[in-house]
Amino acid sequence: MAAAAKPKNGRLCSICNDRRAALKRPKTLEQICRECFYAVFEDEIHKVIVENQIFKPGERIAIGASGGKDSTVLAYVLSELNRRHNYGLDLFLLSVDEGITGYRDDSLETVKRNEIQYGLPLKVVSYKELYGWTMDEIVKLIGLKNNCTFCGVFRRQALDRGAALLKVDKLVTGHNADDIAETVLLNILRGDIARLSRCTSITTGEDGPIPRCKPFKYTYEKEIVIYPFSIYSPNAYRGFVREFIKDLERIRPRAILDIIKSGEDFRISASTKMPEQGNCERCGYISSQKWCKACVLLEGLNRGLPKLGIGRSRVLSNEPNKDTKQTNGTKNMQSKQCGTLDF
Amino acid sequence: MECNSSTCPSGCYKDSDSGVGQERQSASENGRCDLDLYANSHVCIKCKVNETIAATHPAVASGGGDGSRFCADCFRGNLFGKFRFAVTSNAMISPSDNVLIAFSGGSSSRVALQFVHEMQHKAQKNLEASRDKYLPVFGVGVAYIDESANFTVPSHDFDRAMDEMKLIVSNLAPPVKQFYIVPIERIYSSDTGAGRHRLMELMDAVPDVTGKEDLLEHLRMLSLQKIAVDNGYTKLVLGTCTSRIACHVLEATVKGEGYSLAADIQYVDARWKIPVVLPLRDCISQELNMLCSLDSLKMVETFQQPRCGINGLISSFVKLLQEENPSRESTIVRTAGKLKPFSFNKILEDDDCNVHSASQRRQKKYNLKPSESLPPESFCSICHSPLKNSDTTSSNSIGNDEASVGIFAETCSSCQYQILPREPSSLESFHSLLPQQMIYLAKNSSFYKHESLRDQIQDCLLSDSEDGT
Repeated sequence: MAAAAKPKNGRLCSICNDRRAALKRPKTLEQICRECFYAVFEDEIHKVIVENQIFKPGERIAIGASGGKDSTVLAYVLSELNRRHNYGLDLFLLSVDEGITGYRDDSLETVKRNEIQYGLPLKVVSYKELYGWTMDEIVKLIGLKNNCTFCGVFRRQALDRGAALLKVDKLVTGHNADDIAETVLLNILRGDIARLSRCTSITTGEDGPIPRCKPFKYTYEKEIVIYPFSIYSPNAYRGFVREFIKDLERIRPRAILDIIKSGEDFRISASTKMPEQGNCERCGYISSQKWCKACVLLEGLNRGLPKLGIGRSRVLSNEPNKDTKQTNGTKNMQSKQCGTLDF
Repeated sequence: MECNSSTCPSGCYKDSDSGVGQERQSASENGRCDLDLYANSHVCIKCKVNETIAATHPAVASGGGDGSRFCADCFRGNLFGKFRFAVTSNAMISPSDNVLIAFSGGSSSRVALQFVHEMQHKAQKNLEASRDKYLPVFGVGVAYIDESANFTVPSHDFDRAMDEMKLIVSNLAPPVKQFYIVPIERIYSSDTGAGRHRLMELMDAVPDVTGKEDLLEHLRMLSLQKIAVDNGYTKLVLGTCTSRIACHVLEATVKGEGYSLAADIQYVDARWKIPVVLPLRDCISQELNMLCSLDSLKMVETFQQPRCGINGLISSFVKLLQEENPSRESTIVRTAGKLKPFSFNKILEDDDCNVHSASQRRQKKYNLKPSESLPPESFCSICHSPLKNSDTTSSNSIGNDEASVGIFAETCSSCQYQILPREPSSLESFHSLLPQQMIYLAKNSSFYKHESLRDQIQDCLLSDSEDGT
C-alpha cells in the first residue's frame, strides 16, 4: 500500500484522511481537521433535530438570544441548517433586556450584529415594558442579596411573553450538554425528583404557553467555543457542580453524555407529583399556585415587602396575602403591574 | 439538668414550636434548629435528662451534629432503632436464616456486625427464657475478602490485621460465629498461586482505571456469594451506609448507569442467589464513626487502595458537599430512593406468613408496588445489572458497538466501555480470563426469572385447601 505523501510531522485528520489534523475533538478526542470539525458539529446537530422531531415545517421559531456564545452559535447553526436542509422554518431572534446598566449593552450589541449577519429579525423585550421594573430599580429596593431570584423568574417569563408577542410556535435555547449534565446532578443533590424527570427532555413545556427546545442537548460546551474558532478561555467559577463536571471531563470526556443518558434512563414513575397546571389569577400566565411567581415577587416590590416570595417560606406560596392582613386577591395596586397577556 | 421551659434561659428546643422558632426554621434546610441554640444547653433533646455526648465524651463528638443534641444512650438507641426498623420492615432476617456478614474492618461493617450480634444475642436469651423453644435463633457468620493480591503487603502486617479481626469476631459470642478469611483469587481456584496469576492477567486486560476498581468490586460480590452458598448461608448482610450509597448514586449517574441505579440502592437486592440486605442504609458514616468511638468498637485497618479515577473524584466531591451541608448525603439518597425499584428488590419468600405481611405493610407504606414492574429480561454478564431492553447505540453515544454482538452480547454500556478491552479481537481472550462463576451466573440468570414469574401469578394460584377437595 503506497501511502499518499503524508506530512512528516503531524497526523492526518481521522475523518477525511486528507487534510492535516488541526484539533482534538473534545467529545471524542478524535484528531480532525477544521473543515471536518465544522461538518461533524453541524451534522450531529442536524441529526438531533431530525431524530427528535423537534421542528415541523412552516413553524415560527424564536431563538433565545442572550448575546453569549451559545446563542450566537445557535443562531448561526440553525439558520445554516434551515437553509441547507430546508427545514422551512421562520426564524427570529428574541432577546431580553433586564435593564441592568452596562451589563446587557454589549450582548445586545452582539445580538443586533447577529440580526444583520444572519438576516434574522430581532425582537427585544425589556423587563421595564413587561413588569414595570428594571433590575437596577429592583436592586435599589432590595439590595444585592436575593436579586437572582427576581431575575431568574422574570427572565423565564420574559422569554415566554416575548415569544407570545411574536406569535411563535416554539422557543429554542442554547442549553448545552454541560448545562444539562449540571442540572441532572443539581436536581439529585437538591432532592427535586419532579424536575429530575423532566430536565433531560429535549423539548419541555409542551403543555405550557410555549414549548422550549434544546438542540444543543448533546453538544459539548467546549465544542461550541471552538466552533467560531475563538480562543478557549477558562470560564469564571460557576459553582462546585460545574467544577466537578470539568474535572470529570478531564478524566473521561464521555461522562457528560453518560450523565445525560442516566438522566434519560432514570426510572421515575409517571405519577410523580407534577404540580397542577393552572393559571395565575392576576396575569393569566401558567402557574401551579394561585399567583405566578413573577406576580408574587412584583407584589412584594410594589408593597415594599421585598422578601415576599423569596426563600422557602411555605406560608407564602399558597397565600400571597398572608403577611399583611388585607383581603385577598383584590387588584388595588397603585403602582406597577405585570402586563396581562392572552395565552 | 432538668429543663423547665418557663424558666429555662438557654432557649432549648421547647421554644421552637412557637413563632420565635419560625425564623430559625427557615434558616436551615431541614427545619432543625440552629446549633447555636444548643451550644449552651448540654441536655439531650430526646430524654431531656442526660447530658449530651459533647458534654460527656468531648473527644468523640466531632463538633456539632448529633453529638451536641443527644446523650450517648439516646444516640445509640436511635441508631440501633434505624437498624432494627430496616431489618423488620424489610423482613431481612427470619429465625430460620443463616446470615453472613461481610466485614471489611471499617466502621460501617463493624457496626453491622455489632448490631446483628446484639440482635442474635437477644434472640438467644429470649429462647432460653421461653418455655416452648420452638422458635430457632438465626445463625451468623462473618466473612472478610482479602484483596491484597493486587499489591504487596508485608506479611506480618497482614497477619496482625487478621489476628485483630479474628479477635473481634471471637469476642462477639455467645453465640459463636464462624469467620471466613478468603483471598479474592479463590474465585478462580483453591490454589492461591494460580488464582493470583489469573486475577492479575484479568486486571491487566482492563483498559480503564475506574473499570479495574469496579470489576474488583463485582468479583468481591461473587466471592461473598460463593462463601455463602458453599457454607449454607441464606442471607448476605452488607454494612453499606447512606454515605456510601450517595457516592454510588453519583458514580452510577456519571457512568451512564441511570437505568439500573435503583436496583443497587434498596434495602434488599434479591437478584443474587443469596439475597443481599442493607440494614444500615439509613445511617450516615458520620454517626457510624461516632458510635465506634463512643462504644470503643474496634476497627481494623485493612489493605485497600485509595479509590482513584472517577470513583475517587466522586468520593472527594461528596465529602466536600457533606462538609458544606451535613444533610446532603441523605438528600441524595432520598432523591435516588424515589426511582422505581425492580421486582427483585424485595424478599421473594411467601412461606412465612409473618415475613410476608411485614414486607407487605412496608410496601404499602412506601408505595412500592413491585408487581407493577415487569422483571427485566436480562442482566449484564459482568456487573449483573438489569439491562434496559433497548440499549441500542444512537448517534450520540460513543460506545463500542461491536462488543454488543457475540460473546458479550449482554453487557451494559458502562462495562462495555470501561471493563471490556477496546479491540474487538481481544474480546475472545478476555472472555477466557473471566472466572467460571461469573460466566455461570450470566448464563443462569434465568433462575431468578422463574422465581419472579411465580411471584407474579401468585395471586391467581389457588391453594390446595381452597377448592375444598
